[in-house]
Amino acid sequence: MAVEDQVSVWQRVPRPLRGWVLPLALLAIWWAARAFGWSDSPLLVSPAAVWHRAVDQVGSGALWQALSASLWRWGWGFLIGSLAGLVLGALLGASRWAERLIGPSFHTLKQISLFTWIPMLSMWFGLGDAAKIAFVAMAAFFPVVLNTCEGIRSVPREFIEVARVYRFGLGQLLVRVVAPAAAPSIFTGIQLSLIYTWLATLGAEYLMASGQGIGNTLIDGREHFWMDLVLFGVVVVGLVGFVINAVPVAIERRLLAWRDRTVARY
Amino acid sequence: MEHAGTLSIAGLNKQYEVKGQALPVLQDIDLTIEPGEFVSIVGSSGCGKSTLLRLIIGLEGDYRGDIRLNGQRITGTSLDRGIVFQEHRLFPWLTVEKNVAVGVLNADLTEAQKRETVREHIELVGLKGFEQAWPHQLSGGMSQRVAIARALASRPDILLLDEPFGALDALTRAHLQQELHRIWATEGITMILVTHDVEEAVYLGDRVVVMEPRPGRIRSTLSVPLPHPRDRASAAFAAVRNAVLHELGEHGSAAAGPLLAPARAPAALDLGTWQFAV
Repeated sequence: MAVEDQVSVWQRVPRPLRGWVLPLALLAIWWAARAFGWSDSPLLVSPAAVWHRAVDQVGSGALWQALSASLWRWGWGFLIGSLAGLVLGALLGASRWAERLIGPSFHTLKQISLFTWIPMLSMWFGLGDAAKIAFVAMAAFFPVVLNTCEGIRSVPREFIEVARVYRFGLGQLLVRVVAPAAAPSIFTGIQLSLIYTWLATLGAEYLMASGQGIGNTLIDGREHFWMDLVLFGVVVVGLVGFVINAVPVAIERRLLAWRDRTVARY
Repeated sequence: MEHAGTLSIAGLNKQYEVKGQALPVLQDIDLTIEPGEFVSIVGSSGCGKSTLLRLIIGLEGDYRGDIRLNGQRITGTSLDRGIVFQEHRLFPWLTVEKNVAVGVLNADLTEAQKRETVREHIELVGLKGFEQAWPHQLSGGMSQRVAIARALASRPDILLLDEPFGALDALTRAHLQQELHRIWATEGITMILVTHDVEEAVYLGDRVVVMEPRPGRIRSTLSVPLPHPRDRASAAFAAVRNAVLHELGEHGSAAAGPLLAPARAPAALDLGTWQFAV
């Protein structure tokens, strides 16, 4: 049968595994390039060398030291920045007066590229953790402000009227109507800020190099020309980013179950 | 008739400011609705019928004249007055049960009484078994039933309905009209229904108030002297419906819908002569 003939190798790969094909193929080529001697450039270390470096980093505790220092900065920066963002976003979203007073300044500041602040921050706070956390907090701040403001401003007037009909007080209105109606948008902001803050943590460590952190691990690798360490650092950064992205998605799925995403069912 | 209320509207005028100019929306509205009565209000769009409901519920203020429920002048919203909007307006983040509970959130009841009331009203609208469903899982008709349960849960004296079935398909609409009649009969509550569907107005109303636009005024009030259950196909029903359509059409409103506009005016409503009108 002609149709059966057309069932290619690709179609025999189970659907969930298809995403693995490309990285595994690259890994195989990488391994082969070293194993068959296609290249002996020091820029191309073997997968095995990276693996040994990983075992060494984990075993010696160096990874944990660097990672915990980075995650600590990331956590505080995220917490400070997103809480401040929630407050300002709620204010801008709820009050016309605040929007008129603060809005223009805020929208001007947000146009300035984040990395532009680094010289100023390092002059204010030095090259230590304070400057790095301040930078990470700024990365968290902007997306949370924008999405919180947008979420609160777009609470449907119809729902506010329902609250009035049933004599909701201000507290009831905020907790039972405004907060849940704005929640999906606020969540988007927090999710964005989680990702931005991890990028910013690495940026801060790389550009304000002092102390420990995954960014410093990468600098170490570069300076000593240890390609295996650089590659190991990249893998760790990627894995942490993956987890940071996956956790809120799972939480959101539970918390906002009332939103029907699968329109296709109807 | 324990929850029924008398609504009296006298000399009601309402206007909006549009670019510094006064735009009258409602002019000299006088209407008294007896306890337990079902009054339908029909009129083309722009006749102010929805504004009238919003004034009675208390979502609009700033009017001249008097709106009183049981002698008390209406200021703001109150749990004595319930409303069902054209869109169901259920909170999508609450289950059916919790949405109905919104109706009694601020009612003067104990927690146990609230739970009982919610259960009763879900049963009243025929949604037993759907307590834990999310609004997005409900059909349009079911959502509107939940909205009715929510509006009735606080046991208001009067229920206002603002084109509640306007967005539903014809079959569901007919079914819900029947259900609404049953609920009205069992609860003994005063109801005001705003609609553009003349048949619906006649099917449910003890009286039909016909409004005309620019500015919104009451053109006439027709009583519907038909016993329940009403048969939409009967000659008597058709006669009343045509009389309402005639009132709507007399004023040359293009939005009056499927206008039959008989050439001769019905001098008096003589049911016999209207037999073959359709």
